[in-house]
Amino acid sequence: MISVDYYIVLSAILFVIGALGVLIRRNPLIIFMSIELMLNAANLAFVAFASVFKTFNGQIFVFFVIAVAAAEVAVGLALLVEIFKTKKNINIDEMNSLKG
Amino acid sequence: MTSDLIVFLVLSLVAIAAALGMVFSRNAVYSALFLVLNFVTVAVFYLLLGAPFIAMSQITVYAGAIMVLFLFVIMLLGAESLAPSQALPWQKPLAFTLALVLVMEAVYLIISRARPGLAVTAPAASVNTMENLREMAMTLFNQYLLPFEVTSILLLVAMVGAIVLTKQEKGGQRP
Repeated sequence: MISVDYYIVLSAILFVIGALGVLIRRNPLIIFMSIELMLNAANLAFVAFASVFKTFNGQIFVFFVIAVAAAEVAVGLALLVEIFKTKKNINIDEMNSLKG
Repeated sequence: MTSDLIVFLVLSLVAIAAALGMVFSRNAVYSALFLVLNFVTVAVFYLLLGAPFIAMSQITVYAGAIMVLFLFVIMLLGAESLAPSQALPWQKPLAFTLALVLVMEAVYLIISRARPGLAVTAPAASVNTMENLREMAMTLFNQYLLPFEVTSILLLVAMVGAIVLTKQEKGGQRP
């Protein structure tokens, strides 16, 4: 039996590591993975509180977040493939124009 | 120190180490594998918190489907390791400082408003029964029916969008 605060601190640490990954990496695939890590950290907090309050609402919200993350990854990776086809390069510093 | 706390600390150490490994790996394939390790660890946390359905969804959807898609695209684009280019030389130190500030703020807020009364207890054995899953399904399909349907439309739109974005026009003509 441990306090819910431990889970929230762990969730905060994982979230900050994800934010750090978005800030320091220049590979768009790793930036995507860092976003997944941040979503995951938020899910952990949801499930921790759902477990404390003995309710399913938090778990169902996590279920929706997982579905939205799957949709986001499908579209995001399709966009990356398309950018690679036109620019032959996916360095994020060179993605500075909207024109194809 | 109770056994619960020891299990929590070891697992959280693995989760944080995997997350750091994901961010700092030179090779994107290693990053993806570290992220799988992190997802599996978080799935074990879900089991400890009495959410077996979410834990299994996490493993099948995140660690399975999403990460396979990631690995596929990494290898398709040959993006294992990009040449390092720094458009902003001061970005890295600034990012580290801001991340440190953010984590200290978050931990300070959580600790200063700590609620030791809210404790996570070990899940009862009934969590792993069919009855528990039935109750969750009843909540999902009664109280959350509209969000569920909206999610299905969202998945359909994402699927159509991904196909339209990557579709090759016949004769090389782009729309």
